[in-house]
Amino acid sequence: MTSLDTATPPDLSGRNLSKRRAFANRTATILIGLCVLIAALPLILVAWEVLSRGSSAMSLGFLLDEIPRNYRTAGPGMGPAIVGTLVVTGMAALIAIPIGVLGAVYLNEYGKNRPLARFIRTMADVMTGVPSIVMGLFIYVSYVIVIGEKNGFAGSLALACLMLPIVIRSAEEMLRLVPDELRQASAGLGARKWRTTLTVVLPTASSGITSGALLAVARAAGETAPIIVTVGLTYVFKPDLFYGENTTLAAQIYRNATQPFEASQERAWGAALTLIALVFLFTILSRIISSRFAIDKR
Amino acid sequence: MTATATPESPGDVDLGGEARARQADRGFRALVTLAGLTVLIVLGLILVTTSVRGWPAFRHEGLLGFVLGTRWAPNDAVFGTFPLLYGTLVTSLIAMIIAVPVSIGIALFITEVAHRNTRKYIVTVIDLLATVPSVVFGLVGVLVVVPAITPAYQWIADVVAPIPGLNAIFNETNTGRNYITASLILAIMAIPIITSIAREVFATVPETDKQAAYALGATRWEMVKGAILPHSFGGLVGASMLGLGRAMGETIAVALVIGGSVSMAANLFEPGNTMAALIAQQWGESSGLHTDALIAIGVELFAITVIINFLARLVVRRAEIKMKGAHS
Repeated sequence: MTSLDTATPPDLSGRNLSKRRAFANRTATILIGLCVLIAALPLILVAWEVLSRGSSAMSLGFLLDEIPRNYRTAGPGMGPAIVGTLVVTGMAALIAIPIGVLGAVYLNEYGKNRPLARFIRTMADVMTGVPSIVMGLFIYVSYVIVIGEKNGFAGSLALACLMLPIVIRSAEEMLRLVPDELRQASAGLGARKWRTTLTVVLPTASSGITSGALLAVARAAGETAPIIVTVGLTYVFKPDLFYGENTTLAAQIYRNATQPFEASQERAWGAALTLIALVFLFTILSRIISSRFAIDKR
Repeated sequence: MTATATPESPGDVDLGGEARARQADRGFRALVTLAGLTVLIVLGLILVTTSVRGWPAFRHEGLLGFVLGTRWAPNDAVFGTFPLLYGTLVTSLIAMIIAVPVSIGIALFITEVAHRNTRKYIVTVIDLLATVPSVVFGLVGVLVVVPAITPAYQWIADVVAPIPGLNAIFNETNTGRNYITASLILAIMAIPIITSIAREVFATVPETDKQAAYALGATRWEMVKGAILPHSFGGLVGASMLGLGRAMGETIAVALVIGGSVSMAANLFEPGNTMAALIAQQWGESSGLHTDALIAIGVELFAITVIINFLARLVVRRAEIKMKGAHS
């Protein structure tokens, strides 16, 4: 007892670390911090370039006018691409979100750990890794060739294929958060499983599902490769998805970025600013919904 | 007597309702199962329809000739895609050499170094990086980075000129649109996904292991080396493979900055091409067998990315099971 009391307390400050160990520790910490900087730099660069160059192209006319047919024509016009982005992505969401949510219901409420459900889960993960251009080629082969023309709906189908696995997996995560007590209480009141799912489980998870779906929409809105394969090109407003070739902001950025003309590059920057604003809007909306209405924070 | 004889007895109604409810249950179950099966159906359809359409190109060159042929000349109806496979592998592997250590660093910073409040901001930065559309990265790459970085490439080439080996890889250049620029952009695009999986993997390291390391007097770096990294190795391999799969399939950003020459240069400062980028670049001007060949490249790309992703998920899952087993 006394010997313990009189003993000097161990020095835990780390001051008497050997030089080599202290050096290794400090170097590692600095390197790890540097990694964060490396990731932040491109984000700052992109934000700065898009904001500064895009805002000089931005005007009300830029948002509302038709796209000039000649790359060299200076001046505004991205209206059709904005409308195209909204309708093509919107239709994709209308296709992918219901199927995705129902698929998630199967995985979490019915399939659980059955081999089929496990296989679908793995393949949904694999499907998120399928390159977007392959989705575009798939829709080109199985839809565009069959009906004989490129149109906006073909783009919606391709984007829906991209969104589907993301929606399924994020919706399943949200369904998993719904407490089992709710299901049991509903069953105890005599509700059938389908009714429990539709009136208790899905409404409880709805905010999380919405937020995940919005993220998938944001991702899809910025996709380019499937659009250039399936949607084609237009200069005028085409709100009708089933009538002729269409265009989106992402496709216009790609098309104009490859041109050596000042005017078209300026339009590309303006389109980039519009697209990023749109994507961030969806992302922020998703954040707000998920933080406001999260299940565990009630 | 009369009460049981009436058709509206509670028993009868219940039975009818019961049957209908059971039917509704069965119908709902069939509906959601079908929705779940869509994933498998779509994947199967992708494989079948694109293979059928790309078949003429495969048959024209022979399967081996298509994959291993080194000459891509659509005008002469010669479709060898090996240079594209080479470009795809080179750019995505270099991207991984850059992205994997950086992502692991970020994940470590978030889980071990950062204060709770700063953590939130860093996660936001990485999330924002993930939401930037790839075509915007391509736009900034081709109009801002390429002109600015070309002198740097020339400087590197001059510096390593006397060193054998290195001077073949980093040789003279006159363009910033090349393998390295594409790799840099791919690395940036792969960082968010690798980081998020690395974080998940690090989160499964038992807290007791970390505290035990600290209790033994380890510094933070020694704790990371001794407790976190050995525990997470399998998961990190899986995360890197997922990043690789993503990088191999990236189309538009690469199409903008890689230059678009179908060749197999050892010099990383020379323009090249990848499978996905070539499809996007030549899609508009292709017809007939050329289009079929582009679709056939898509089939090849699909097969490669599905295999890589499948293996990656397997590795991640196995690692997770192993870790959870050790934990409980």
